[in-house]
Amino acid sequence: MAKMMYRDAVRNTIFQEMKRDDSVVVLGEDVVGGMGTPGGPEAIGGIWSTSTGLFGEFGADRVIDTPISESAIVGAAGGLALSGKRPIAELMFADFIGVSLDQIWNQIAKFRYMFGGKTKCPAIIRCIYGAGYNAAAQHSQSPHAILTGMPGLKVVMPSTPADVAGLLRQAIRDDDPVIFMEHKALYGVQGEVPDDPDFCIPFGHARLTRAGQDVTILATGMMVGMAESAADTLAENGIGCDVIDLRTTSPLDEEAILDSVEVTGRLVIVDEAPPRCSLATDLSALVAQKAFASLRAPIEMVTAPHTPIPFARELESAYLPNPDKIEAAVRKALAYN
Amino acid sequence: MQLSREDLLQAYRRMKTIRAFEELLHDEIQTGEIAGFTHLYCGQEAVAVGVCEHLSDDDKIVSTHRGHGHCLAKGCDVEGMMKEIWGSREGLCKGKGGSMHIADVDKGMLGANGIVGAGAPIAVGAAMAAKIDGPDANGKLKVAIAFSGDGACNQGTTFEAMNMAVVTKAPAIFVFENNHYSEHTGFEYAVGTQRDIASRAEAFGMRVWRADGTDFSAVHDTMSEVLEYVRAGNGPAAVEFDTERFYGHFEGDPQRYRAKGELDRIREERDCIKKFRESATEAKLLDGADLDQVDAEVAQAIEKAVVAARAAERPKAEDVLVDVYIDY
Repeated sequence: MAKMMYRDAVRNTIFQEMKRDDSVVVLGEDVVGGMGTPGGPEAIGGIWSTSTGLFGEFGADRVIDTPISESAIVGAAGGLALSGKRPIAELMFADFIGVSLDQIWNQIAKFRYMFGGKTKCPAIIRCIYGAGYNAAAQHSQSPHAILTGMPGLKVVMPSTPADVAGLLRQAIRDDDPVIFMEHKALYGVQGEVPDDPDFCIPFGHARLTRAGQDVTILATGMMVGMAESAADTLAENGIGCDVIDLRTTSPLDEEAILDSVEVTGRLVIVDEAPPRCSLATDLSALVAQKAFASLRAPIEMVTAPHTPIPFARELESAYLPNPDKIEAAVRKALAYN
Repeated sequence: MQLSREDLLQAYRRMKTIRAFEELLHDEIQTGEIAGFTHLYCGQEAVAVGVCEHLSDDDKIVSTHRGHGHCLAKGCDVEGMMKEIWGSREGLCKGKGGSMHIADVDKGMLGANGIVGAGAPIAVGAAMAAKIDGPDANGKLKVAIAFSGDGACNQGTTFEAMNMAVVTKAPAIFVFENNHYSEHTGFEYAVGTQRDIASRAEAFGMRVWRADGTDFSAVHDTMSEVLEYVRAGNGPAAVEFDTERFYGHFEGDPQRYRAKGELDRIREERDCIKKFRESATEAKLLDGADLDQVDAEVAQAIEKAVVAARAAERPKAEDVLVDVYIDY
């Protein structure tokens, strides 16, 4: 095991996989950083430091610094993938999927199906997402729900450095298109990462991070840590929670969710996105349909409100879920008879 | 560059196959036997064939919603395509794609595309892959070609793709087929420069060519130069071919936007297949009997394909769930 930050797990996994497999290619805005400037290539190395050193090691053909052209970045990833490469495209902010949505939604997600299963499209779109930086409405969003709703895509939302390593390696070796969502507020989080160069975490396997008999809490990304914090506080008061980190929203580990709810009968879903047509409502519908008889209380959702994301510190704090809100939701679920 | 008799006959056969394939579709669509939307390429055959005759299966193309011609020119199987358009399980895409999504990646055909302007970025990615793979033993790069029309030339994706190809020196070729109509809107209205499309590509920093897209030799010769330039590693290029669309935007389009007599005029003066026949026979490169024989063989092949498509296995309801993912 090696201790490293979430962002280093991204960079190291890409580096190792590029070493292992010549077909792995990186492209995106400023993934080299400094091209065409007095500072020269790698003056930056990616604004998230997730591609530092790749250009020097692998060169311009495999570490492709692109203009600000998100449609062309995703489309080129599709063309590379149809031509035998394993592209890892970076959308510097997940919010920019709006600019590139056709290429994600109508192109890479659908190639295999439209073409009768005769091709594969092993493209990864890394989306840097989430609030916590006071970056306001266009640089803080969590658009995982719309991507999860697109057949043909897999959607991955790691919450720890180890999960980044295992899930990103799985994504790179996977033959289907993968949306890999990295939460920007987690980049500095430290954790132990296995040394095994083939360490992969298969998709569709949730992780139980806290175990308890009273309430089930579902979370992804930055919400996992908040759910754990609430669960730890509640545990001190004799309330036991299962905290389930879904890890991937497509495919979804339905079994882990339903098994837990069958025991607890009470469910709190934590989601960083607004509540309508969201991951939270999707999970809520799943449990209502498949575990109705187990439920002993209405399903609680702790989500962002149905608003854009505000800028000011106080407003962003008010917007986001937090451990107190999660704790209150757990207590509300428990109070219902 | 003078082609051999065999090459000329092959080019003619391919153009004629596209024409016969689509004229049959035009008739069959009236009967209601074919489902969905169909956009015919008739009139533009010299472009698809004049371009694709230069390519191998390792060269890639990305096509458009008007894609039958590009597919056939790139070597997609006639029967497989016909079965696909009939929605059969035996179709090239197992009945999942239909007219607008025919693809055969093994032939370097990365898909027709229902979204106008979506193809150019995909072609740039394929060109990046060709650049990574490097030149062959003869020092030539494989290329990727984006076919776009005068509609797609107005999409931002096309602009992004052209710039990115120049920046990354990708061996991409942007082939613009200007048939003067984007759907039901005229080129003079929709292309703000009211000039050609090639000058836009030139403004992105690439070398451009222009030629008469109804003249097979002009297309073929132009592409010889373009491909020599791009395969040598000079970066991307663009070509604009002025051409004609014999049918509407889609089958069923009443074409009220056409000038009186326009369709008769372009069929008389600008039919690439007619012009090919005339020039090849006048120059005594081929004689009429050769060409008539090809016509008869093509007609037979198309008829056979339709019979096969009608008899082909229909998809089953459970096929809906297949081929979304490789592993899920």
